[in-house]
This record gives sequence, structure tokens and C-alpha cells, in this order.
Amino acid sequence: MSDPLAQTAPAGDDLVRVENLVKHFPVRAGGLIRRTVGQVHAVDDVSLSIPRGKTLGLVGETGSGKSTLARCVAGLIPVTSGRVIFDGRDITNLSRGAMRPVRREIQMIFQDPYSSLNPRRRVGAIIGDPFAIHKTATGAERKRQVQELMERVGLNPEHYNRFPAEFSGGQRQRIGVARALALKPKLIICDEPVSALDVSIQAQVLNLLADLQRDYGLTYLFIAHDLEVVRHVSDSVAVMYLGRIGESGPIEPVYGSPRHPYTAALLSAAPAADPDAAAARQRIILSGDVPSPIDPPSGCRFHPRCPKAEAVCGQQEPQLEAKAGDTATHLTACHFPVQAGENLAAAGRSELT
Amino acid sequence: MSVTGLEFAGQETAAGEAALDADAAKIQGRSQWQLTWRRLRQDKVAMAALAVIAIMILLAIFAPAFVTITHHPPNIAYPNTGEDAAGNPVAPGTNGFWLGTDGTGRDLFIRILYGARISLFVGFVTTAIGAVAGVAVGLMAGYFGGVVDTVLARFTDAVLAFPYVVLALALAVVLGPSLTVIMGVIAFFSWAAIARIVRGQTLSIKEKEYIEAARSLGAGPFRIMFLDILPNLLAPVLVLATLYIPTAVVFEATLSYLGLGIQPPTASWGNIMADAQNFYQTSWWYVVFPAMALLITTLAFNLFGDGIRDAMDPRTERVFAAGRARRRGRRGKRQVLADDSQSGPSHVAPYIPPAGGS
Repeated sequence: MSDPLAQTAPAGDDLVRVENLVKHFPVRAGGLIRRTVGQVHAVDDVSLSIPRGKTLGLVGETGSGKSTLARCVAGLIPVTSGRVIFDGRDITNLSRGAMRPVRREIQMIFQDPYSSLNPRRRVGAIIGDPFAIHKTATGAERKRQVQELMERVGLNPEHYNRFPAEFSGGQRQRIGVARALALKPKLIICDEPVSALDVSIQAQVLNLLADLQRDYGLTYLFIAHDLEVVRHVSDSVAVMYLGRIGESGPIEPVYGSPRHPYTAALLSAAPAADPDAAAARQRIILSGDVPSPIDPPSGCRFHPRCPKAEAVCGQQEPQLEAKAGDTATHLTACHFPVQAGENLAAAGRSELT
Repeated sequence: MSVTGLEFAGQETAAGEAALDADAAKIQGRSQWQLTWRRLRQDKVAMAALAVIAIMILLAIFAPAFVTITHHPPNIAYPNTGEDAAGNPVAPGTNGFWLGTDGTGRDLFIRILYGARISLFVGFVTTAIGAVAGVAVGLMAGYFGGVVDTVLARFTDAVLAFPYVVLALALAVVLGPSLTVIMGVIAFFSWAAIARIVRGQTLSIKEKEYIEAARSLGAGPFRIMFLDILPNLLAPVLVLATLYIPTAVVFEATLSYLGLGIQPPTASWGNIMADAQNFYQTSWWYVVFPAMALLITTLAFNLFGDGIRDAMDPRTERVFAAGRARRRGRRGKRQVLADDSQSGPSHVAPYIPPAGGS
């Protein structure tokens, strides 16, 4: 177990701190009488913190647990163990009533702009929902505030009475942003907010999010699987693999000199815009698939696919810690961190597969 | 301006601001219901069925007016003009009896109109009760899940599996036949199918991100159920309810036919047909006209329900055209069975397939 305090900056600056968070989903079988036959280890002992007004990018493959982590932080699903501390308060597994005031301060923007807006309700009602639920504005005042929000996110306030189906994907995501913004939250959890959008629209929405952060001092937990998007919007990044954080730290060192072989492989797989650079780069091809989170590998969870794995990797779990030569905030959970200039593409497993 | 023209104009192009605003105002009004109505109006079968339903409702409402015209109150027998020398009913058109008389010399036309009042009242009210109860049960089972779902879903299954005619018989015997009892029985057996559909839809809708969005805003379970889930269920519930009205009408006729529903002298299509059994060899009109009323009403509701179903979802027309034709065929057969009132009570029952009858 890593010491959570060791890896966070002084507690005062952090809006959100997640300490040793564990979320297991029971796997049930049987017809009438359900019994638990296993656990999906969706999030396993994850600690992270987000300083006020900053953006933490959370990257990982599908099934790495990043969305589950986000839902635990938002209090949408109960936590198995560990703590979520928001603005100095422990909000882990609060009751619905106790969570209510916190809901105003933590909002979410969802991945799918189609499924995240109720097709049967008008845009005005959707964006006005936060006001209605928290009874902060009614009638004409609510309408005025909703139209103000629509204008703020770049929508035509005249379209107040339209249905979501009458908007494009990018416009719908703006509706989602307006809804998240309505209660003036401190933290917005963006769960892959642009991955369903066209690239040109992605940039517009990302710029909108950046403007809002600057204007309102928002803190973002930004989930994505697109490394370039994360680099663009985030101050720091955490890489998840099978429910654990493999590497985390400020953008520059993590992207510049990744220490975890998985991070290095992800970065090498990202397409480069420059064809010369694309030809020159060495892609690290990982063998195999992501193992099942029901029965995760022992020791380092990445070891069955790691080009550098040795016997110890399967036995001993690496600690998330600063490696020699790194700054105190750049943490890596690896027994054999990648060294500068090391060529992983040529090493280890690639010729075996 | 055409519909598509409006849609294009409504998009954010550099078109004139005033024109855009005007179009925006027009677009606002085009809700789901207006689109449905627009499509429904093009469905000739559904519109004809709607006309038939409207006529039936008007006839039922204005039944007293026809009493004024014919001077034949529903429960008054006319032994002199309404029966022939042998004491049998007189034929349609005789002595001012438009559709003839029944076995005791009462005006058959007026009695069918008064029967329509009972049938339509029972059909609408029990379906409304059943729909409200079914939606409530289905929403709660689907949304809360777990133990709530297990209890409610198993209860729904039990109701669906219950031999309802037997229960209706038992209740009528114990409590005495009355309008309240048969409406209670019909309502009790009409919510379960709606609850099951609603539960299934709720299960799928509650996984949508907009439900999670509502939860993350702090919305409570009942707000989510009624504001976020229910509007998405109105279409299937409306279709189901429309298709349940004829079922309830037939069920009422069944119970009355068996002597457990509406009691004479109050007229009901079921008890008119039951009485007609003794006369069908001499007086064809006595059984044919009430049976036709039942057939036409139930058929109209079924066809209208199908029409709404198609109009709600523009895809159904193309994708399920074949299935729709098949459904029509099956339902038509059921109505014929309901019409065939002399072949035994079990065939009148709405749910029991003929093979399973006694």
C-alpha cells in the first residue's frame, strides 16, 4: 500500500483528494438465488489529487476503470473502500440527503451527447433541471438564467423550446456543458466529453471548456483515451491500467520521458501528425489483450504484456513512487522503469509474438 | 413552406435573422405528438377506425336522444307492438322498432345503445386504472430493481398466470354481480401486461446517460421516474392502452354473457347476447346486431391502436410491415371468435386461445 499523503501536494491546495479508492463489482450467477462468484476489480487502490483550478487528465484503455473512478468521485456509485475528500470534506458514501449540497459543487459532462440528453424533454427543461432540483430559480428567472447559460456556451437562446434531436452533436455537447455549469460547481468531471465528436468540433468544445475554466476557476477531472486531447487540456495526467494507476505526474515529464512501459507503449501508438515523425517513431507493439479485471494478474498488472517483465514483476506489486532522476510529482509504479533513450520496441517480447 | 424547408431554414446559417426567428417559433411547436398526429392522419385505416370509435361514443352519449325520437325507453317492454302473435321478437323495421325487439318486446336498437354506454365506460375506465397502476408498478420494479423488482415482477407474473375467469366467477358469486365488481376484476387483470412492458422499458432507459445526469444533479428517484423516464414510455403505454380497451370491452361482455356482469334489466351487449341464445333460430337480428356492435367496436380500437403504434415510430411502417399484417390477421380472428357467441362461453373470453377452451 502506498502512503497517500506522500504523493499529494500540500492538502490545502487540493480541491479533490482520492485516497486508496477501491471499487469492486460483484459478479453474480444463478437464477433465483443469486450468489457472488467473483469480483470485478474495476478500481483498485487508487490515490490521486487535483489542485484547485487545475485539470487532471485520466487516460487508459476501455475497461481500465477510469469511468468507474469518475463515478465514485461524483458519488454516483458507492465506494468499496478508501476515501474521497472534496473541498476538505470526506464525501465517501454519503447518504442521498447529505450528498445533496455536494451535488451542486460536483457536476459531470458525459461522453455521449445523444444518450446524455433526454430526447423527450425540451432543451430549456434539460438545462433548467439543476435549478428545479435545487430550487434556486423558478419561472421567468429560471428561463432567464437558462438562456444566459445557453448564450455562454455558444447556443442560440431562442432555441430554448427545441428538442435535443434538433441539434447537432457538438451543440448537444454544449447543452450538456450548460447543464453542468448551471449550479456554478467547483469540480466538473468530464467523462470523455469529446470522444464522440468530430475532430473539428472537438477543438471547439475543448476551447469552450478551457474558457469556462479560466472564467469560473473550475477544476476538471478530464477522462479520455486520446492522449493528444489530454495533453492539450490537462495540467497533469494519470495513466490507468486495469484499475490501477501506472504513472502519474505533470504533463511535460510524463509525455516527455515516460517511465512506465505501458505509458511508453501508449505514447508510441498515438498517431503523429507529421508523416516524417510518424515514419521515424518506434512503435511498441504490446502482445495479448487486457486481462480480465475479474481475475487480474498478480504483482504488477501489466507484467503479462510488458516487454521488460521479469520474475519479480509477477510476484511483487510495484509501488507508485518517484523514480531516480524524476521530480517528486512524477510517480511511476514499475520495478524496471524505462530509461531515457531506451528502445522498448526492440526489447523483450516483441520478437516472441 | 414545406416541412423540410422549415428544418433547413431553422439551422444556423447566415440566413436573415427575422426569418430564422419566425421559423424557430414554428419549429418549437412541432412536438412528438404533433408529428404522430401528422402521420396518423395519413393512415386511412386508422382514421376510419377513429371515425367508427367517435360514432360509437356519440351514439352512447346521445342514447337518451334516440329514446326521445323512438319513444322506447330501454327497459320498457311492448307486449302489443313488440311481440308477434307467438310471443317472439318482431323483425327490424316493424312498428317503429329500427332493429326489431328482444325476447320481452323491448327496443333492441335502444338497448344496444345503452349497452354501448356500459361497454365503453367499462372499457375506458378500467383501462385508465390499469394503465396508471401498470405504469406505477412497472416503473418502480424497473427503476428500484433488487427486492422491489423481484416482489413486483413475480406478483405481475402471478396475475398474468391467474385464471381470471375463475376469479371473476368466484368474486361475482361471493360479492354478488355488480358494475363495481366487474370493473374491479377487469382493472385488476389489465395492469399486469402494461406493468411488464413498462418494467422492461424502464430497465433499458435507466441505463441511459441522461438518467445518470439527473442523478448527478441530485434528482430523487420519483423525479427521475416521472420526469425523465415516464415521458419516454408514454408512446408504448398509449398504444397498449388503446389495444386494451377492446379487451376490457370483450371481458365485460363475457362476464355479462355468463350472467356475472351487468344484471338485467340493465342492458349490456353480453347479457343481450345471452338472452338471444333462446331466439337465434327464429330472430336472427336479436344476436347479430349486439354481436356486430361488439365486433365493430373492438375491431376499430384494435386498428386504431395499430395505427398509433405505426405513427409513433416512423420505422415500424417499413421494418415491421410484415409483422403488422400478421398481427392484424390474428387479431381479426380473435374478433370473429368473440362474435361467435353461440359456440360457448370460453370462446368469448379475450385471452384464452380456442384450443385451450373447455
